[in-house]
Amino acid sequence: MSDSSIRFVLDGEVIEIDDIDPTRTVLQFLREDLGRKGTKEGCAEGDCGACTVVVAEANGDDLSLRAINSCIQFLPTIDGKELITVESLAPDANDLHPVQRALVEHHGSQCGFCTPGFVMSLFALYKSNANPSRQEIDDALAGNLCRCTGYRPIIAAAQSMYEEADPQSDWLRQAFGTAQDPKERVERLDRLVRKDGLALEHDGHHFFAPLDIAAFAELYKQHPDATILAGGTDIGLWVTKQHRELETLIYTGRVSELKALELTSSHIEVGSAVTLTDVVPVLVKQYPGLDELFRRFASPPIRNAGTLGGNIANGSPIGDSMAALMVVGASLVLRRGGKQRELPLDAFYHDYQVNDMAPGEFLERIRIPMPDPGAIVRSQKWSKRFDQDISAVCTAYRLQLDGDKVADFQMACGGLAPVVKRATNCEQAINGQAWSRETVERAAAALAQDFIPISDMRASADIRMRATQNLLRRFFHETQGSLDETVYTYGRQR
Amino acid sequence: MDASVKSGKRQKSAVGQPLPHDSAHLHVTGMAAYTDDLPEPRDLLHVAVGKSPVPHGKLTGVELDTVLASPGVVDVCVAADIVGENNFGPMMHDDPILADGLVQFVGQPVFAVVAETVEQARKAACNGRIHYEELEAILDPLAAVGKQSFVLPSETLTRGDPDTALDTAPHRLQRRVWLGGQDQFYLEGQIAMAIPEEDGRLVVYSSTQHPDEVQTLVAKTTQRDDKDIVVICRRMGGAFGGKESQAALIACIAAIASDKTGRPCKFRLDRDDDMIMTGKRHDFVIDYDVGFNESGRILGIDFEFAARCGMSADLSGPVNDRAMFHCDNAYFLENVRIVSHRCKTNTVSNTAFRGFGGPQGMFAIEYVIDDIARELGKDPLEIRRRNFYGSNERNVTHYEQTVDDNILDDIFDKLVASSEYENRRAEIRSFNKANPVLRRGIAITPVKFGISFTSTLLNQAGALVHVYKDGTVHLNHGGTEMGQGLYIKVAQVVADEFGIGVDRIAITAADTSKVPNASATAASSGSDMNGKAAQKAAARIKGRLIEVAARHYSVTEADIEFRDNRVYARDREMEFAELVQLAWASRVSLSATGYYRTPKINYDRDSFSGRPFFYYAYGAAVTEVVVDTLTGETRVLRTDILHDCGDSLNPAIDLGQVEGGYVQGVGWLTTEELWWNQAGELGTHAPSTYKIPTCSDLAPDFRVALMQSSANREDTIYRSKAVGEPPFMLALSAFHAIRDALADDACAAPALNSPATPETILRVLEDSSDE
Repeated sequence: MSDSSIRFVLDGEVIEIDDIDPTRTVLQFLREDLGRKGTKEGCAEGDCGACTVVVAEANGDDLSLRAINSCIQFLPTIDGKELITVESLAPDANDLHPVQRALVEHHGSQCGFCTPGFVMSLFALYKSNANPSRQEIDDALAGNLCRCTGYRPIIAAAQSMYEEADPQSDWLRQAFGTAQDPKERVERLDRLVRKDGLALEHDGHHFFAPLDIAAFAELYKQHPDATILAGGTDIGLWVTKQHRELETLIYTGRVSELKALELTSSHIEVGSAVTLTDVVPVLVKQYPGLDELFRRFASPPIRNAGTLGGNIANGSPIGDSMAALMVVGASLVLRRGGKQRELPLDAFYHDYQVNDMAPGEFLERIRIPMPDPGAIVRSQKWSKRFDQDISAVCTAYRLQLDGDKVADFQMACGGLAPVVKRATNCEQAINGQAWSRETVERAAAALAQDFIPISDMRASADIRMRATQNLLRRFFHETQGSLDETVYTYGRQR
Repeated sequence: MDASVKSGKRQKSAVGQPLPHDSAHLHVTGMAAYTDDLPEPRDLLHVAVGKSPVPHGKLTGVELDTVLASPGVVDVCVAADIVGENNFGPMMHDDPILADGLVQFVGQPVFAVVAETVEQARKAACNGRIHYEELEAILDPLAAVGKQSFVLPSETLTRGDPDTALDTAPHRLQRRVWLGGQDQFYLEGQIAMAIPEEDGRLVVYSSTQHPDEVQTLVAKTTQRDDKDIVVICRRMGGAFGGKESQAALIACIAAIASDKTGRPCKFRLDRDDDMIMTGKRHDFVIDYDVGFNESGRILGIDFEFAARCGMSADLSGPVNDRAMFHCDNAYFLENVRIVSHRCKTNTVSNTAFRGFGGPQGMFAIEYVIDDIARELGKDPLEIRRRNFYGSNERNVTHYEQTVDDNILDDIFDKLVASSEYENRRAEIRSFNKANPVLRRGIAITPVKFGISFTSTLLNQAGALVHVYKDGTVHLNHGGTEMGQGLYIKVAQVVADEFGIGVDRIAITAADTSKVPNASATAASSGSDMNGKAAQKAAARIKGRLIEVAARHYSVTEADIEFRDNRVYARDREMEFAELVQLAWASRVSLSATGYYRTPKINYDRDSFSGRPFFYYAYGAAVTEVVVDTLTGETRVLRTDILHDCGDSLNPAIDLGQVEGGYVQGVGWLTTEELWWNQAGELGTHAPSTYKIPTCSDLAPDFRVALMQSSANREDTIYRSKAVGEPPFMLALSAFHAIRDALADDACAAPALNSPATPETILRVLEDSSDE
């Protein structure tokens, strides 16, 4: 057992690779190194889904299957996992998986280029939900673009793929054509479990995947210039789009403490490597007003790879989680070596891509307070398209009323400034006042003192401000019970 | 109806069956090979380009030392390396492959790096330093009109006396509307692989709608004869017009790189480069001036179109001609003037995209009709019907073609009833009274779309059919497969000709060495033209087989019938394959070409008159939307479509075109926004910023039907109708449903531009609340 080689399972075989550029993507590896050309590149930035593959991890006696964008996923991050591609599903074109058969029967492919990606997203859905609603299908396919069909036949396939199911063969088909029990797959994955972290070196490029936080902290202290890699949904693009050389990468995804998600009586404690897919249901259960935001937050393959910690540490002014986390009073536990400190999230960002972390310091976990039963929490996303779009504006509110008066009001916004930040003037205009239309109008006017937005391809400055003011007005209507639906939810078959 | 329909033969035949796409089983398994999936020659090199950073500038030098010194780089090509013509413009010769002395848009290719890997080529391309003297740039169509900057002369088409009609009309309206462009966003980016062969020949695998043009342009660029170049395309991962003329740029660069290095070269565009470097749908600024009477009938109209053509002509001439032809949509315009400006701007050269100018023309007239209805306080449905072409009168278009196949009244009757338009409109009116924030809207719009290339000479096609000794068939034609299902439809035609199953036919790649001089697969004409050509090729072989069979059975030729993989001669029969064996043994040729030219069309480009179109395709759609007046967000709630495909060759494939076209059209009019900054840089050049519809954008209630018993009156292949482009424009109903939702007492006719993004809508609401 060497800790300088990557090992993963593909079609029942363990693949071991000991000399590869750590920033080589899973897609490059599949297409260029293995000549497995079924998986396609449509955008190389995780936005179109043509490259979707499924990654399986042992989860007790079962496997958890997650669709990811192979185009931005670095190969070392699938170490210890099973990689499932479109070729894994059918031994040949005449012996199709039920998902594939349903797509053929419903005319779900035209040009066919997006199809392998849809097959894999549908396969992940197929294994996790036996009777998905239209909304669940939309959610599952939010990361897959099709330019030909208009989606109707793909939805029809998703609704009928279970009718095609054959219990004998509804698991994966190997190249040699036999169905296989998930248990065997789990056992095989268990044999790949590491005792030591992974340390790769190739052409002066280093990749470390330590297994515990002490090792992680030590490595980062030694390599303070290293890039910390979590889900890679942004860093992947530094490589595929900006052609940057990343000399040293330290991966959070194997560090057990960083992957921990705990609920205490007072907090949701989220390790910085917990994926969005894992944390979102926990968060939305506590804060139902964040449901729409998190449904529309990126796409399943991005949420399967991307982490809440990454969203925060990356600190993009258009990151979608931070406004909501700020208003609920989340704080960050930062660590350097063995030294920890806690900082409120709303004190973390100083300026565009400048935050409070010192060299060698990293985000260990996010502490999200449990909801106060008296408070209303809501977040809104404003973008050109509902699904898988980057917010032009993202707002979040926490409102606590004392009778008609506002006991406490907090608002934070993304997309309006170099950082996500609180709307302090707006908050002041509301706190202590009657929760009324007049107060909200004064507060909407005060937003102009909080933010001077810019114009870009997502929206013009004046309309960004206008939209933000209207979103606040909308929140007011919602709290009055006069508006219980958004355009996003209206008329949907749930 | 034609005879074969009446005899009931079609019951058992392939034509008319909803067969799956011939590659469906390959699509779903990942086994369908696109150009980048083909086996790579061992010494293959990869190409990336260095691009202009400015919209307009004099090139004063290109520093390539660092590029050449970058890892893996084998060579770099610049304009001076092009031995033949430095042009990929299909009509005018104004499209440099690599910029020479002048750059005219941000992203224009200046040099091409050739390296051992894709990553090395792309990395190295960033290391080039381009020196320039910046020149004044024209970045939008109105600025171009102001400076009289045009890629082609402006055109005017006049019928009747629009000035008098306007001056004397009881009502008159004027407006300026902005209509955005659209990126094709095919999922497979542009790509070509050039492989040198012996004796100076070159094979080019190209993702192209027009292999013949790639052949011609690569030949001119590399100073070869056409005979020394073979272009092959089995399938594209979508095209939508974007690979009609643009594919040649990619193929030419791959060929230039291959010639310079003497090795096979592949050029695959990264998505961002693809969106920055290749043309899109033309955005238009539309000015109209309309006069009409109390009933809403148009008496006179004056249109002025300013289209962003970008830095070169490309296909902008015919695109804008088609916009002029389609600014009547379904309506009789007795007195009309259309002025069309083909604006030269320092942006990427715009090109073909599904509808090819038709959508822009139809957008213009539908806006006018909607405005008339809103001015008169009437249901736009009524005004639409009031202006429809008549059956026997009011039925000649402004370009002098008689509309003699109009079925829109029937389509409207059926769709208005099946969609319950009237009731729903009334219900929406009362909903909106009670709901100040969420408002709904509904609209019905028609489509009448002319079928044929407006350039008459392009309306020709060829096919090649071989029958092998075992009775199986090799089918080839000049059409290309981009997902539209052309190949299965043509195979169905050939299967029926021989009375055999589609499974007996091998569908093969478009290949310039098999069928020469083929037109682009474009203008919705693929099935019409290649279906007929392939049918003719098959019929020639069939004629020979009939002769053999008649002789063999001593019956007349009329007694021979082909069906169910068998051949019948009165009471005797044999396998189709047996007859083929017999023919072969009798030394009868089992291979034939077929050639088709579209009949009846003739048109004088100088006077814009004649019969540019063989026939029209029709359809209509009702769309209902909900709009949030606080956020400007919209969603389609319900769509009802009734579309005319004639007697469909394959109703499943045709339905797919209708549904997909509509959704793509809704994207164009709502979420898909092309945004340039002041420096002329396209800001929306990837799916992260350019938003095509996703799954959840499809209406939760989506009802699409093909018009039944609607045989084409013209003798098209099995009386079917073209379906590639026409359904795209059904989406205009979604745009007008949004306008309907925004209209209220304060603002009856909102000044909504397209795309109707949340920002556009908020701006409309802001303006109307200011009034």
